[in-house]
Amino acid sequence: MSKILVVTSGKGGVGKTTSTAALGAALAQSNHKVAVVDFDVGLRNLDLVMGAERRVVYDLINVANGDTKLHQALIRDKRVDTLHLLAASQTRDKDALTEEGVRRVIDELRERFDWIVCDSPAGIERGATLAMRYADVAVVVANPEISSVRDSDRIIGLLDAKTERAERGERMEKHLLLTRYDAGRAARGEMLHVDDVLEILSIPLIGIIPESEDVLRASNVGSPVTLHTTTSAPARAYMDAARRLCGIDVPMDIPADKKGLLVRLFGRRAA
Amino acid sequence: MNLFKFLDRRASAPVARERLQILLAHERASVCNSNLVALLHKEVLAAISRHIEIDPERVEVNLRERDKISLLEIDIEIDAAMKRTQVGEAA
Repeated sequence: MSKILVVTSGKGGVGKTTSTAALGAALAQSNHKVAVVDFDVGLRNLDLVMGAERRVVYDLINVANGDTKLHQALIRDKRVDTLHLLAASQTRDKDALTEEGVRRVIDELRERFDWIVCDSPAGIERGATLAMRYADVAVVVANPEISSVRDSDRIIGLLDAKTERAERGERMEKHLLLTRYDAGRAARGEMLHVDDVLEILSIPLIGIIPESEDVLRASNVGSPVTLHTTTSAPARAYMDAARRLCGIDVPMDIPADKKGLLVRLFGRRAA
Repeated sequence: MNLFKFLDRRASAPVARERLQILLAHERASVCNSNLVALLHKEVLAAISRHIEIDPERVEVNLRERDKISLLEIDIEIDAAMKRTQVGEAA
């Protein structure tokens, strides 16, 4: 039974695309058949973060309009066999996507994959509502920062109103993924604490991704962080989150970079 | 004094939390309840109109959310003359 997962946030720049790539790769690494789909028509970036930008020939809109077959548009990841990418169109705009077209693509993807991870564009317009339209489960990505939390609240409202599942009167499964978290700053009262965000948004937590240089390093070279530095703190946090999505009970801790005594004493030079 | 200022500046997260809580309570009320308020307005108006003649313009329905409670306010202005007529007819 396949699951449609939407990665959404409302606000831009909080880590939707990074999280889509990392979670998609983590799920594929545990032998699930995964398709990551970029819904950000006109501003595609998932291909870049996945390191497949030079392999895009056909895209979501080509398949949605029936110009090409799904298997021609799917790009198989070179590192993990079970991971596939369906890119967004860079030349069209969001109005090129129709509800009917998206439904056809999703239905076809359901037949071939265990997980279909939809990378939502920012905002609450057509692109974002289409990305969440057929979802079974949503990961709401937020930073511990007021504007991000406010926008997440708005997106949670849309998930409960505008999705097909909600319209059928069924419960929409929603999870919070808190990214760019700095446990030290939160402890010192300089940053919203995870408990504050959870209390405000009242949806269950699926993972806490610590602020880390490894995230940028991975995207620089076009690799999901879970494939790039598998032992890094953000990679471990994403892998734990992926396991929780599969229903596995993983204790929630905030992974930190493991620093040996030398690193602690000599800081960056020793690192 | 300087130390207080220093500590004050650092603990900005509680301020963020409080601002968010107030803002979201307001936004949720206005987004989620706009339909509910409109519906209540219509039905309250219909129910009262069966017994007393009222001016639809002078009925106000508001749903306000405070910390733990929601307050439903219904304000209906009734003309003294209208009220007398209705009471007279009933008798």
